Amino acid sequence: MSTATGNGDKRLETAEDAGQYLTFQLGREEYAVDILRVQEIKGWERATRIPHAPDYVLGVINLRGAIVPIIELRKRFRLESTEFGPTTVVIVVKVMSPRGERTVGMVVDAVCEVYNVAHANVKPPPEVGSSVDTAFVKGLATVENKMLILLDIDRLINSSMLDGVDAAA
Amino acid sequence: MASTILAVDDSASMRQMVNFTLKGAGYQVVQAVDGVEALEYARQHAVDLVLTDVNMPRMDGITLVKELRSLPSYRYTPMLVLTTESSQDKKMQGKQAGATGWIVKPFNPDQLLATIARVL
Amino acid sequence: MSLDLEMEEIHKIFFEESFEGLDVMESRLLNLDVNADRETINSIFRAAHSIKGGAATFGFMEVSNFTHGVETLLDEMRNGTRPVTPDAIQLLLQSVDGLREMVKAVQAKQPIDTQRIAVLSDEIAQLLARHPGRPAPVAAPAAAATTAVTTAVPAPVPVVDPAPAFLQGGPGWVIDFRPHRDMLRTNNEPLRMFAELARLGALNVVAETDEVPSLESLQADECYLRWRLELAGAVEKRTVEEVFDWVDANCTIAYQYHAGGAEASAATPTPVVVAPPPVAEAAPVATAPAPAPVPVPEAAATAGAAPGPKATGGDAGSIRVSTTKVDHLINLVGELVITQSMLSRFADGCSPAELEKLREGLTQLTRNTRELQESVMQIRMLPISFAFNRFPRLVHDLSRKLGKKVELKLSGEGTELDKTVLEKISDPLVHLVRNALDHGLEKPEVRIAAGKPETGTIELAAFHEGGNIIIEVKDDGGGLHKAKILARARERGLVAADAELSDDQIHNLIFAAGFSTADSISDVSGRGVGMDVVRRNIQDLGGVVQIASHEGRGSTIRIRLPLTLAILDGQLVRVGADTYVISLVAIVETIQAQKDRLNAVPGSAELFRLRDEYIPVVRLYEMFGVEPDSRAVEDGLLVVVEAEGRRFGVLVDDLLAQQQVVIKTLETNYRQVAGVAGATILGDGTVALIIDVPGLVQVFNDSFAGRSPLAA
Repeated sequence: MSTATGNGDKRLETAEDAGQYLTFQLGREEYAVDILRVQEIKGWERATRIPHAPDYVLGVINLRGAIVPIIELRKRFRLESTEFGPTTVVIVVKVMSPRGERTVGMVVDAVCEVYNVAHANVKPPPEVGSSVDTAFVKGLATVENKMLILLDIDRLINSSMLDGVDAAA
Repeated sequence: MASTILAVDDSASMRQMVNFTLKGAGYQVVQAVDGVEALEYARQHAVDLVLTDVNMPRMDGITLVKELRSLPSYRYTPMLVLTTESSQDKKMQGKQAGATGWIVKPFNPDQLLATIARVL
Repeated sequence: MSLDLEMEEIHKIFFEESFEGLDVMESRLLNLDVNADRETINSIFRAAHSIKGGAATFGFMEVSNFTHGVETLLDEMRNGTRPVTPDAIQLLLQSVDGLREMVKAVQAKQPIDTQRIAVLSDEIAQLLARHPGRPAPVAAPAAAATTAVTTAVPAPVPVVDPAPAFLQGGPGWVIDFRPHRDMLRTNNEPLRMFAELARLGALNVVAETDEVPSLESLQADECYLRWRLELAGAVEKRTVEEVFDWVDANCTIAYQYHAGGAEASAATPTPVVVAPPPVAEAAPVATAPAPAPVPVPEAAATAGAAPGPKATGGDAGSIRVSTTKVDHLINLVGELVITQSMLSRFADGCSPAELEKLREGLTQLTRNTRELQESVMQIRMLPISFAFNRFPRLVHDLSRKLGKKVELKLSGEGTELDKTVLEKISDPLVHLVRNALDHGLEKPEVRIAAGKPETGTIELAAFHEGGNIIIEVKDDGGGLHKAKILARARERGLVAADAELSDDQIHNLIFAAGFSTADSISDVSGRGVGMDVVRRNIQDLGGVVQIASHEGRGSTIRIRLPLTLAILDGQLVRVGADTYVISLVAIVETIQAQKDRLNAVPGSAELFRLRDEYIPVVRLYEMFGVEPDSRAVEDGLLVVVEAEGRRFGVLVDDLLAQQQVVIKTLETNYRQVAGVAGATILGDGTVALIIDVPGLVQVFNDSFAGRSPLAA
């Protein structure tokens, strides 16, 4: 799935971007992920640390027998870290990687809403200006006068996992 | 009720093939890997037809037929011998042992079913 | 399932079965040198026979046709009409190879090497033709017997009767069908045959009842009737005969053809009388209501005593299940184990009244879970004979090539281990056996000069030891040449020129990458890429390899493997707030470390004096970047592990329980992590990482870049 801007069929692209989104709060921004990719939302629990992992990988947890890594999204987006509070949750998402499906948890400040996003409301991401790497943004949507940042979680998660491969010692 | 066929062959692929063909035609199939196993099963259960390979370890098909015929409950059960040996020799041994008839391998599914239909 | 898929599945079984059959043929053929007994030849014949039959049924005609020659050869051997010669065995072994290649090609839907097969077919044909005096296979004796009977028994003289009225001048058959009294016993129902005849043309049946006895002497299961059958139509004789094919031994039957019209007898087929074969005649009709139990044939009687490795493939009562299904089951059982241990913890916080009952239930659950897990694991287990079976052939071929005399001794072939482990251990074992033959064993003249028996011995043994499988490859050859190894290692810069090494350390140098001491590189082994790969493969399986050697007396390579890759007997250790699992296989001992035995050299590994040995200290908190209780060696414990052929002390804060853990990979959702073999879920539901000891040592060594701990 191409999410590159400028090339390709715009209508097809926006069609892909339309649908239901779960939004969550991270700092001042509201981000949105395709709801079909959300497996569950659970409270934060301590993760088992993994050696040689990048700082935003908090470790792994037991999700009904599966070993699932947890990413702290604030650290991933190089935002200021805050203490985990009562609204802090883990959004467990399924991502597609070249090696198959992966299940990963993302720690976010709070979950917000589920929105229907129409094709017409999705705009390509700006080249500059967002606090997030535009590489992980597949578009911006305006819903109820709010701007949502639609995340490309495949790209976000896969790059997070591959970062620092064999960063041993 | 569907007729039950006891299929005896030491080769798993042959058993599968026979099983697949017969089940497809609505028969119940019980499989055994050699004469010993077949005989043991037959002593405790009733079957409507025995289909057995000749060359098998532990107990061959000819001996199996002989043993089965000696059981009162198997005196009239049709028994077919499945063999690649089309020679008179084996057929004769089979008959002597009390086999109803034989099917020469390689067989195709239709042939197998037609032959079984002759005796069931 | 669709027909095609189903057939595909059956073909798959056929291929697997053929390979197994070929393995049986090979190992039994190798045994024939020593033991040309009937049952061994019979089992080889049966394997060939099954392959031929299956191949023909599934339409792999090249396979079937080629196997036919092999089968004929074997048939003559088992009938005793052909001697079992080394040449014939060699040709049969080559045929097994050829067949294996052919089946592989068919399986891969690749073209068959027809040239090779043609050459082999030719050789078989020549061998078959080399005994002109032999009786023709199988068919001939039977035919002879039949002829003899035909002349011996005065057959009813065929009389050409006039055509019966029923045929109304048209063509047709008159069949005189006289069943023997016991015909019904084989369940051959005359009515069934008549029905079949009626399908061929209009049929008139006339029964002759004159032999039916009075009611009181009548036996219900005997046939007293005779029939005269008139079948209209120009039906081929073969077709008519086929109807009576199954009963021709239990009846007297005469066919007479009427061409019809002018009744030109010259043009009609000669009337044929089928004489009853000797057996039917020999058994008086009245006797034998039920045949006496037949003595068990020789094959069955001697099967138990059959020499050589047991045929492990088509064992009685075995089923074939795809490994995916089994793995799924194993995962589920793993979950169950975890749930059960979670529940056990929960019980600790219950009210005393309920507690007893809950405990009881949990004890039961624990036992059931363990039993379930064990039997599920058992599904994946295969006897090591699957790996051992190839060695008789390998040793047979290699020893010829190298001009050495070898006796191969196998033991513990029935020892079972996980299918995956088994598959991955095969190649390393081949390498070790080749090495033992090539580098270990001396040539006969050298052995004699050294006062050893001319024939060398290679022993392959497998057995259980403390929850592990041990595989030993032992030879009574020359042993490792320490001086030569050390010189080579120094030359290659693997060891510092002034380093003092123990015998063990020298022996272990052969596992170093790019190490080979063979004087000349043969095509058997000695490319120097072997032993390091062997060790890596064994480590990947969670195993350990050790070597013991005595110059002039031989070497023993000992491989220790876990029973399965799915679970592991682990020691739980604690570093700060984190729990890790170390495989018990890797742990030698655990000791309280004293500070005064520690030698710290800046920029190099710290060494701890363990009795007469210095072992490097691996501070786990440093390796994994976690906060320990204490950084002082004397506050913690040193878990002495073995990796890369030497010992290391892993510093941890505390030892916790020992328990069996279910291994889960980190790679599914994350990625591979250096020094970590995987993760497991503990009883409290948290995740603990399983330490990959060789990997950890690798990370450790890399942290002293460029400096080998051996040279330290």
